Amino acid sequence: MSDFPRWKYALVVIVLLFGIVYALPNVFPPQPAVQISGNRGSAVDATLKTKVEAMLATAKVPATSIEVDDKATRLLARFPNVDAQTKASDALRAGLGENYTVALNLASTVPAWLRGIHANSMPLGLDLQGGVHFLMEVDQNAVIDAQETRYADDIRSLLRDKNVSYDSVNRNARGQGVSVVLRTDADRQQAATLIGTDYPDLTVTDGPTTGNRFLLNATVKPAKLRELAQSTITQNVTTLRQRVNALGVSEPLIQQQGPNQIIVELAGVQDTAEAKKIIGATATLEYRAGLYTPQQAIDAANSGSVPPDAKLYYGSKEQGRRPYLLSKKVIAKGDELTSAVSGRDQQNGSPNVSVSLNSAGARKMQEFTNDNVGKPMAVLYITRTVETKMVDGKEVKTPKITEEVINYANISSPFGKQFSTNGLPSDQEASELALLLRGGSLAAPVDIVGESVIGPSLGADNIDKGFKAVMLGLGLVLLAAAIYYKLFGLVADVALFFNLVLLVAVMSLIGVTLTMPGIAGIVLTLGMAIDANVLICERIREELRNGSSPLAAIRTGYDKAWATILDANVTHLLAALGLMTMGSGPIKGFGVTLFIGILTSMFTSVTVTHAITALIHGGRKLKTLSV
Amino acid sequence: MEIFNHNSNFNFLGLRKFSIGLAILLMIGSIALIVTKGFNYGQDFQGGVAVVVEYTTPIEVNEVRSALEHAGLENPLVQAVGGSREFTVRMQPKGDTGAGQLSNDEAAVKVAADVVAALKATRPDVTMKSRSFVGPQVGEELRSDGIVAVIFVIVGIMGYLWIRFEKRFAIAALATEIHDVLVTLGIFAITQREFDLTVLASVLAVVGYSINDKVVVFDRVRELFRSSRNATPEEVLNRSINSTLSRTIITSLFTGITMAALFFIGGPVVHGFAITMLIGIVVGTLSSIFVASPILLWLGVSKQDLMPRSKEDPELERRP
Repeated sequence: MSDFPRWKYALVVIVLLFGIVYALPNVFPPQPAVQISGNRGSAVDATLKTKVEAMLATAKVPATSIEVDDKATRLLARFPNVDAQTKASDALRAGLGENYTVALNLASTVPAWLRGIHANSMPLGLDLQGGVHFLMEVDQNAVIDAQETRYADDIRSLLRDKNVSYDSVNRNARGQGVSVVLRTDADRQQAATLIGTDYPDLTVTDGPTTGNRFLLNATVKPAKLRELAQSTITQNVTTLRQRVNALGVSEPLIQQQGPNQIIVELAGVQDTAEAKKIIGATATLEYRAGLYTPQQAIDAANSGSVPPDAKLYYGSKEQGRRPYLLSKKVIAKGDELTSAVSGRDQQNGSPNVSVSLNSAGARKMQEFTNDNVGKPMAVLYITRTVETKMVDGKEVKTPKITEEVINYANISSPFGKQFSTNGLPSDQEASELALLLRGGSLAAPVDIVGESVIGPSLGADNIDKGFKAVMLGLGLVLLAAAIYYKLFGLVADVALFFNLVLLVAVMSLIGVTLTMPGIAGIVLTLGMAIDANVLICERIREELRNGSSPLAAIRTGYDKAWATILDANVTHLLAALGLMTMGSGPIKGFGVTLFIGILTSMFTSVTVTHAITALIHGGRKLKTLSV
Repeated sequence: MEIFNHNSNFNFLGLRKFSIGLAILLMIGSIALIVTKGFNYGQDFQGGVAVVVEYTTPIEVNEVRSALEHAGLENPLVQAVGGSREFTVRMQPKGDTGAGQLSNDEAAVKVAADVVAALKATRPDVTMKSRSFVGPQVGEELRSDGIVAVIFVIVGIMGYLWIRFEKRFAIAALATEIHDVLVTLGIFAITQREFDLTVLASVLAVVGYSINDKVVVFDRVRELFRSSRNATPEEVLNRSINSTLSRTIITSLFTGITMAALFFIGGPVVHGFAITMLIGIVVGTLSSIFVASPILLWLGVSKQDLMPRSKEDPELERRP
């Protein structure tokens, strides 16, 4: 026992216990459930529980259990199968109305003492268990609106810059472009040339002339509109993918469907309401200049006469719906925002939010702030909710748009890419503003038009086949190792089993989603993990052939093999790290599995086998080794 | 039990002109195949048609799937939506004869019609709720992420080998690695097996497996160079390959067994993964034996390059 220190035995025992405890939750499968949370202070309590029970009884879908959580923020009703869950959620959604959010969920059945130490089961992927499916629709009208308004602004400033006098530049009806009214035919010709050269994506045509009003129409070319629509949806898909990836190591499916829809499928999501909040923060935001004084804004709100260069907006409800007059021109938009983080000001320690813009946004922001130090700037937050009404037996969806000023502050010095909003009243408010800003970074507003629970994409027979193959493959390797390396092979087999337990434990702890390819990755990792034992056994055989005594052969065998194992595994780890950095679902999950597997295998194949070998052979006089 | 003669001293390096020549030919052939034939990309990369169908009474997912396969539609992905009456069927237009060459929208119409016809044949109570063309699951960012990841892996592994071994080892490992990946991809191009995200992941796993294999041989090369007094590089390399041969092959066999089990009985999902790994294991093992060391010799590796640099550092000295 002398060549294997006592503390290492202790380490082996502790790590193995840890592995067993944290791998254990995977024995308990999750259960379909419906989760109810209150909106705007609606109480989640025993009264609600009785109400829900009654509703479920009328709908004839009794829950297996209903519980309200400790913080009284949500109610969880569990059901025996997915059918009952769907029916129950439909019934509850109709019965509870707007004050409660009813969401589908997969409730854990892991005992409380295990959950208490953060031991949870691995969520199963879309292919093994299914998950939730969101269908989102991008509002293409909003894209056209934004584009045409921007062109109108651009044409106005172009004409002003080139000293072409005009009567007005205004948007026509949606999709009809911009109409420019000029005073002479010469001006019209000049304006047409200017617009034509600066904005090749616009088609410029002469309109009818009445008196001294010379009309010019500029419409966005259809090809450009199509391109815009496509790029908007691509941008939204990218943003959604980033948001979903921020949810953790899940393996989501995010795809464009048809010309303007996006599918988001999340596997094993424990809290769909939360997921919806993150993926479905269907808002955009705009930075605009603040104009006029607060008093003038109040006057404008009271009298209803708004200056022509400004538009009247209101602050949020919490701020008492204060009126603001903001410029019609947008400085930067939400899709130009790359990050928003709440924190504290380094100088005075007051809560703030640091914002980063992309280069296009930064340029515009720099230009604007250079000229406007000391003047106010506002953040306008535009949220959309979809109301579904039944008209003549058909579902009619009407979007409701709310525009609120969430922040209004003076510019203290010019800035571009990076800036922060200071002087927020509390840390909580700062983190809420950061969340709002991040949520507003979509290129165009999206509506969640459908939500449903989906079954596994793999058939039960295929899942079954996969598991059988895994068992057979592992069984054969265990058998082959035992035959080829006898006792040392058996020791390696024990270590391999513990490797599996440890791997599962670590994967559960960090919440890796288990998919079929992931299972294949686990098998591959285990198949490769035995390499370390092959190296050790081959070394011990070599030492024995060179005439070492059995105990010396074990010692030098482990020593020499360790150098090789370390080099081989470090390079292998680097390869796994490369896989992990690939942002997309299955590859990332696979990389994570490989990475953890290499680390656990280094421990089990070397330290654990050495401990067992030392236990078996230690303190005995040996003539031969069974290797 | 032993399969390999531990005293074997096969002259692997003697074959180097032949083995390197063959490796170069295989690489050129693979590049030509990849360029001319390309890959048969799966739904992950190309998108496909999604058809939502509804039954009046519940039905098992498997029945839906087998009805589609029975009608000759290839690789349909069937998923229940919110219960057991509504299903999404996703498939690539090329899985439906005649729809492969159509534009996206036309393909959606054709595939949807064929899907419904196939389902109607077994259960007439099915109706189509919607159909549309869905975009690929992976976006452009995978390409850029992938390039960054590959560069990271190359720089990381080369850097490590450069520090722990010597620059010639880093170059030899990289060259062999490129060979392994190209040949594995070349086999995919020639067989036109479906290339999806899982296959891409396993191609990258082949990189990990194969680098592992090479490092074990290199480790022995370093050890033997340091311990031998006046053996020629060719002798040292030959001896290194021979004495690690048993390990190289046993490990390949063990890993191969698990992948073969997945391949033969694991079902269609892990098929691509397992076959890529099997190809990669064979290619990687052969290149560890026949390609990596000849490159080392050709680069002019010598005993002086591998002696511990600092005599003061006892840790370095102690290392084999």
